[in-house]
Amino acid sequence: MSTIFRDYSHGDALRSDRSASDRQRHRKKIRSSLQENIADVIAEESIIGQNREKVIKVPIRGIKEYRFVYGDNSGGAAQGDGESQPGQVVGQDGQPGDQPGPAGDQPGVDFYETDITLSELIDIMFEDLELPELERKNLKDITTDSASRRRGYRSVGVKVHLDKRRSVRQKVRRKVALQRIAEGQESLANIDDDSFPFRKEDLRYRRRVPTERPSSNAAIVCIMDTSGSMDSMKKYLARSFFFMLYQFVRTKYENVEIAFIAHHTQGKEVTEEEFFHKGESGGTMISSGYKKALEVIHDRYHPEMWNVYAFHCSDGDNLSFDNPIAVQAAEELCDLCNLFGYGEIKPASSYYPGSTMLDVFDEIARDNFKALSMKSKEDIWPVFREFMSSEKSIETH
Amino acid sequence: MPANYSIEDLKYWEDQIQEKVDYFGLNCFPQEYEICDHNDMLGYMAYSGMPAHYPHWSYGKSFEKLKTMYDYGVSGLPYEMVINSNPCLAYLMRDNTLCLQVMTMAHVMGHNDFFANNFTFSHTHPELTLEKFKAQAVRVRNYIEDPSIGLERVENFLDSAHALMFNCNRNFAIKKRGEADARAQLSRELSGRTDLSDEEINKRLNRTPIEPDEDILLFIRDNQPLLAEWQRDLLTIVHYSASYFVPQIETKIINEGWASFWHRTIMNAMEVPNDIMLEFFAHHNRVVAPHPGSLNPYYLGVAIWDNILFQEMGIDPASEKEYITPSLEALETLYSIRESERDTSFIRRFLSEDLMRSMDIFEYEQKGDKQVIKHVSDEQHWQDVKDMLIKNIGVNSMPVIRIMDGDYEGHRTLYLEHEFEGRELRLEEAEKTLEHLQSLWCHEVMLETMLERKPVCLAHDGEKFEIKKLGTKQSTPKKKETAET
Repeated sequence: MSTIFRDYSHGDALRSDRSASDRQRHRKKIRSSLQENIADVIAEESIIGQNREKVIKVPIRGIKEYRFVYGDNSGGAAQGDGESQPGQVVGQDGQPGDQPGPAGDQPGVDFYETDITLSELIDIMFEDLELPELERKNLKDITTDSASRRRGYRSVGVKVHLDKRRSVRQKVRRKVALQRIAEGQESLANIDDDSFPFRKEDLRYRRRVPTERPSSNAAIVCIMDTSGSMDSMKKYLARSFFFMLYQFVRTKYENVEIAFIAHHTQGKEVTEEEFFHKGESGGTMISSGYKKALEVIHDRYHPEMWNVYAFHCSDGDNLSFDNPIAVQAAEELCDLCNLFGYGEIKPASSYYPGSTMLDVFDEIARDNFKALSMKSKEDIWPVFREFMSSEKSIETH
Repeated sequence: MPANYSIEDLKYWEDQIQEKVDYFGLNCFPQEYEICDHNDMLGYMAYSGMPAHYPHWSYGKSFEKLKTMYDYGVSGLPYEMVINSNPCLAYLMRDNTLCLQVMTMAHVMGHNDFFANNFTFSHTHPELTLEKFKAQAVRVRNYIEDPSIGLERVENFLDSAHALMFNCNRNFAIKKRGEADARAQLSRELSGRTDLSDEEINKRLNRTPIEPDEDILLFIRDNQPLLAEWQRDLLTIVHYSASYFVPQIETKIINEGWASFWHRTIMNAMEVPNDIMLEFFAHHNRVVAPHPGSLNPYYLGVAIWDNILFQEMGIDPASEKEYITPSLEALETLYSIRESERDTSFIRRFLSEDLMRSMDIFEYEQKGDKQVIKHVSDEQHWQDVKDMLIKNIGVNSMPVIRIMDGDYEGHRTLYLEHEFEGRELRLEEAEKTLEHLQSLWCHEVMLETMLERKPVCLAHDGEKFEIKKLGTKQSTPKKKETAET
């Protein structure tokens, strides 16, 4: 009976990643579990207005392995430092390492949370949406009118770019130089203009570089009713929606700009900060916001260069004489935008059946227009889905 | 190789260790060592040390967890891992220094001897362990590859089986008696009862299980007619796994204490160069250091073993001698203890009041979000503290749940009872575990337990989970029973 030693061999180590497939299954489970909970996670306040590198703690359901276990209040026994007294506090929940009790073999005590960055989360959320590429403007349209700019000169090029002036100057330079060298030497003394031809190295061409322009541009125009009737809950819902829209568009386009237009009876462009935090008071004229949006789009986001997404959040209280004007402005917006949406935020508690814009907007029969209603934060996701699905259907045309 | 030793060195020291093992009379299985790197070790840890094991995502999860903790330095890796098998298999970390390898090999001898002789392991058939795990792995892989079954179904079924795997018979020394015996005894007991009608007695005699059953997976395997053959096999496999590992959970303190006792004894008995010996003391002290705020099983175990040795050799433990070479006569007693005890009985019998006081073991309770010391090991309370300690070690920290009736009220409902001894179940886990149980049983499952100090019945019928107050719950079946009679 002699003891056997099996020495370490490098080859074995390379072969033996035995847990690889189980790890892969585990990761798949994490991802699908996240997908199931994505609506809850998205509706959580904490992700709005955060940068994409922010790490979010997401509780994972279904990955935890459940067993019958005792609750937390059962107490235990542990060892002290020699000076323990009754009544002394020896630990506090949420402080790992300080948890007394021999925990080594207790199965099932397994809190499971996973860290995920916002951008991963958003990827998962869009994967879940199963939306096709949003590049409706194909790249050709943008590049045909592409301009190039002159940037310096170079000694090779095509004839059309020949810079005569610089080429002559170059030749004169060479001639002067040669004449200086020749001053002492008889044979080369009389160089005249006629017998001094251009040489290849004299020629100068204009260098043209194509303008650096992102291959795809998108602009998001967020329009929100900031009149007195928009309370913080309504604003919160609007904000969640805009956030998702922004994040979504960002995944699809290289260059995304965003404009915030707040309106009550007058529309004006504001910063993001002001957009969400500043309360205004007064009545509501939706058309004012649309008009401002049209102005902004014409000024900065011409649809030939930009994919424009516009969305308007309001609680539907509009001065009735403004309705026809608003409808007309909305149609104009539809002409300019890839997608234009109207989201009516009406928490169930404050529902007045009389004042809704949904009926008014019914008469707009455009494929790229959607009027939707949101009642609570659980609605954000389905509404967003529906809004985006109209983009999908346009694309299949 | 960065290590400061060669295989020849290890063989030399192994011979030296073996000599001492023979001298002291340890009774070991043949030993096999495998030198591995940290990745192998993480892999072995994730699969409970088995060279072959059936696949399941949970092992991937545990690998990732271990690796993260290791990469971030939260926890190191063990110097070794020992498998209860014959020949005994142990993994040594390649990066250990020579001193650590020698100490570890001596430590492994302690575990090896413990596995080979302790009664708790007597049913585990160590000579078949590796083959058995391997054969099971092959079977599970075959089910996964079988197009009529597939990964998804195997995995989901294993999820449910894993949830209940430790709800099994814990004390393997107690043999389950046959159904006929149990029925005969119950019939004897019931025949003397005049308060029960014949019908009621008959009902009880025909109940399945005839007496409360702790082996939930096996009960389902034998009594759930809708299961396919592969599902029954998976239940058998998971149950085997639990019954193989429960003895290790039950003997953590006594076994680690024993192995630490022996690595120290063997190291001291051998002729070891000074530099190695000095390094050894440092490692040893770290391994058996007290962990205030928790309880280091190595420390507790070796302290109790030392105490027993001191008593056997007639030495006052308070004299605090650095180290004593055990006499062979004294070891006889220690050997018989290592054969017959497991953590619960070991602590109950040999953890003395003095020892508890010198280790400053206390009992704590939860107050709000804080843990507050309730008792210290003083004259009035050391027994309470000890009881609390015993309640929290090994399988005692898992609730006992028994199947009472496999056809409750004639609806094939599975009725279980939680043996309540003061500790309540955590509701969230109970709910999910019942859901798993329901998916195995395919009919409603009910669990009688306590919730916020009130008796309740947790039920899952496959669609929803319900908490029923037991006041009404209990009275219903009783009313029905009386109505029938």
